[in-house]
Amino acid sequence: MTTTTATTPAKYWNGGKSPFNVEYGKLMMWYFLMSDAFTFGAFLISYGTTRFATTGWPNANEVFSSYPFKPEGSSPAPLIFVSIMTFILIISSVTMVLAVHAGHNMDKKGVVKYLILTILGGLAFLGCQAWEWTHLFHEGAWWGRNPFPNADGTISTTNFTNFFFTITGFHGFHVFSGVVINVVMLLMALFNKFEQRGHYLMIEKAGLYWHFVDLVWVFVFTCFYLI
Amino acid sequence: MEHTATAALEHGHKPDATVKEIWKVTGILTVLTIIELVLGYWMYASKEMGDTSKHFIKGAIIILMMAKAFYIVGYFMHLKHELRNLIMTIVVPLILFVWFIIAFLYEGNSYHNLKNEYNGYYKERNEQKMEKKEEPKEEHKEQKKMD
Repeated sequence: MTTTTATTPAKYWNGGKSPFNVEYGKLMMWYFLMSDAFTFGAFLISYGTTRFATTGWPNANEVFSSYPFKPEGSSPAPLIFVSIMTFILIISSVTMVLAVHAGHNMDKKGVVKYLILTILGGLAFLGCQAWEWTHLFHEGAWWGRNPFPNADGTISTTNFTNFFFTITGFHGFHVFSGVVINVVMLLMALFNKFEQRGHYLMIEKAGLYWHFVDLVWVFVFTCFYLI
Repeated sequence: MEHTATAALEHGHKPDATVKEIWKVTGILTVLTIIELVLGYWMYASKEMGDTSKHFIKGAIIILMMAKAFYIVGYFMHLKHELRNLIMTIVVPLILFVWFIIAFLYEGNSYHNLKNEYNGYYKERNEQKMEKKEEPKEEHKEQKKMD
């Protein structure tokens, strides 16, 4: 690590100063997210390994080709519903940054407004996922059951549905806990907890978690729906 | 306003610049996502596309994915504006993923080749066609009930 110490000003390691210059909670949130990244990475890499070890695989565009209130018998519409879900999560991430930014300015009204928007985005995403899971369940897909043939029409394995439900479920659980954390932040802001503390740094930590959830979706979305 | 040293350091630039940066990054993420979707749809729509060009497009999508990850972590999670020490403690361990991905995908591919070479049953099974949306099992159950 000689390069690191050479490029940072030496004064950070001379004592009396935090070498990372962030508060304890934020640093620990970063380390937690790093470990969580390895958990998701392990899931996605095992999915990739299984896919590499399997001859055929269902075509995602044929499996995920519906959306709510789709007219009966209309042509398959791949990517539409999932792109809506993706944009919902990106927008909720933006409102979260704006909430953090409002917190830096000690703007309670802004924090409350943007946190509510973020929570709504999270709930909308969870609603979309609930619809998609229900839809797939009615098509006959679940853990251990796979009604979809491979892209070339051959018999597919249940690994496809197992990985899909496990990984999107694990991600959905993260979204759910993110929404709970944001609701707690909203209540704390409404009860002037942060005003009393004199800073809104707690919002930043919740924000880091929320952005991480968005980040994971970028990977899940690419791995399951696009490639 | 009792700001800690952290907040003061992070926001060396003016608040307006921060908001501008947020919207700029939002725009970039949106554009990258749209390009990803267009590439994905292109792969789905063109029936005569060869395997090589499909792999090429998939590679492009993965590069776009990494770019999106960079913008989310760097700007939304603010890592780009942290001290270099902190950036390194986060990013250096993640380099393990390079080995992780190469090793495991190589292993999966090798297992696939071995199965196809030595496991005749596996190879034969992979050539059997599957009827779309077959539900004979449920019909059986219903018939039994009716009996």
